[in-house]
Amino acid sequence: MTENTPAGGRTSPPASGPQSHTLARPLKLSCGRELPQVTVAYETFGELLPDRSNAVLVCHALSGDAHVATGAGADGAEREGWWDPVVGPGKGIDTNRYFVICTNVLGGCSGTTGPGSTDPETGEQYGLRFPLVTVEDMVEVQVALLDELGIDKLLCVAGGSMGGMQALTWARRYPERVRTCLPVATTWRLAAQSIAFNEVGRTAILGDRNFAGGDYYGGEQPSQGLAVARMIGHITYLSDESMHHKFGRRLRDRDALAFDFVSEFEVETYLAHQGRKFVERFDANTYLYMTKAMDYFDLCNGADSLAEVFSDTPVRFLVLSFSSDWLFPTYQSREIVDGLRGAGAEVSFAEIPSPYGHDAFLLEPEEQRRYMEPFLLRALDEARGTVEEGELS
Amino acid sequence: VTPADLLRADLKLVTELVPHGSRVLDLGCGDGSLMAHLRDERGCVVRGIELDPSEIAAALHRGLSVVQADLDDGLTGFPDNVFDFVVLSQTLQVVRHPAFVLREMIRVGKRGIVSFPNFGHWRIRGYLAARGRMPVSRSIPFSWYDTPNIHHTTITDFRDFVSANGGVIEQEFPLLVGGFSAKVQRVSVWPNMLADTAVAVVGPAK
Repeated sequence: MTENTPAGGRTSPPASGPQSHTLARPLKLSCGRELPQVTVAYETFGELLPDRSNAVLVCHALSGDAHVATGAGADGAEREGWWDPVVGPGKGIDTNRYFVICTNVLGGCSGTTGPGSTDPETGEQYGLRFPLVTVEDMVEVQVALLDELGIDKLLCVAGGSMGGMQALTWARRYPERVRTCLPVATTWRLAAQSIAFNEVGRTAILGDRNFAGGDYYGGEQPSQGLAVARMIGHITYLSDESMHHKFGRRLRDRDALAFDFVSEFEVETYLAHQGRKFVERFDANTYLYMTKAMDYFDLCNGADSLAEVFSDTPVRFLVLSFSSDWLFPTYQSREIVDGLRGAGAEVSFAEIPSPYGHDAFLLEPEEQRRYMEPFLLRALDEARGTVEEGELS
Repeated sequence: VTPADLLRADLKLVTELVPHGSRVLDLGCGDGSLMAHLRDERGCVVRGIELDPSEIAAALHRGLSVVQADLDDGLTGFPDNVFDFVVLSQTLQVVRHPAFVLREMIRVGKRGIVSFPNFGHWRIRGYLAARGRMPVSRSIPFSWYDTPNIHHTTITDFRDFVSANGGVIEQEFPLLVGGFSAKVQRVSVWPNMLADTAVAVVGPAK
């Protein structure tokens, strides 16, 4: 590495492109089973400072992957990342300043070991023989990867939705390894309403005639079921207001009602399009495992209260929610804040006004940046100061 | 006198009242000026609550931690007595439930420091008496129908308010900010008539 300081002037910090690492050890899971071999797909953006003080782990949501920001994809061609408005040069999580790492989660279908991977013991794809994984298990894989990359302490662990659950889990399990935690549009445990939507999605997949007990990899995919699951999911990511503005009651490619069961409202064709697009890039089994992992997620698991979970934590938090998010509403973020207050933790919180529902965390970059930027800068200042003090003594 | 002058005057007094190393919660902390001052000059551990997004962002830029919340929703999550001081500066008159806010202050803090404009000041009394209209001044520059100040009080009313809500006034500082002197003056005689603002240290009644 030729530069010692964050390079503020450059516009395109280095991106690693798709990387893959096989963990040195088998992985013990929350369910009690063990995965003999785990491969984790990851990407990095920006430069790691020589003192390793500027590493930021970004965790993805249900349908995400390691490609969080703009950089080369598997084919070498540059493409945008799933959190492109927030992660990149000069953005809320500024890749000119920070070394951003993003991994595809355990159970995923974008390079990390999941139900579509080959079971080394049978030589066949796991399918539903893949063990149920939890958000904690996802974090353990990230921990193992960072160990092997030689990153002992993260400046920040950040993420939206299921990514926020991973961030919170990091802070609970490894408070000495994360300086700050930035959970966005997330919750500390799924409410019945969210579990219910997940269950409808799973029911659609499990009931698809091509599902074949999860062993569909050689043949027809359960595309219809997965598309329906995505359509339901997508509705929960929007809001009444945003759907009204985006579609209203407008008809697609026709002037009058069809009096037939065809897609005719714009909102119908939009959802059908989202479903179709999703099926091309996502594995139905992974959808089952991800939704189950979220349903099982309870940050308070094994403790009486969030205040007990985070008692005297050294981690500093910035919690962000969105006014129209009804999947993980603001009150759930406030419960996190209350728990952190009870624990004596240092926490900042803001509810960002937005009409975009849960998806707002992908669509409101400036409103997020106004809080993220100073929060991260303070952490970086402290991290670098600490390191210098340590070197002097 | 502008509201900003009032704020500056009692922030100075608050700083003097808070011992080194105290744990302080600032309600309606704005851009965090007081918090930053207490942290940097007096080694205090500080937390803030504020409603306005741009003020919160400004406070974060000072390296402070601030939670966006409405004081009328209470200080949920904080255990009892975790702060040495809870500061409410020129904000009591804008909350919907002043009694609830005061009770929350003396629940989570060992002491509260409350500053408020004194509606019993002779200028305000004179304005109302002479003109028969709701007073509008530089320190209270709002028409009655368009004001954030929905709960004005006088120093005398404030004393009753505190004792009616489980508190006791430990110290009271009637101040004249808008007098002929450029400096803030302590008012020792006839405070409810001559002070235009007041700062009170409030503890829980024994």
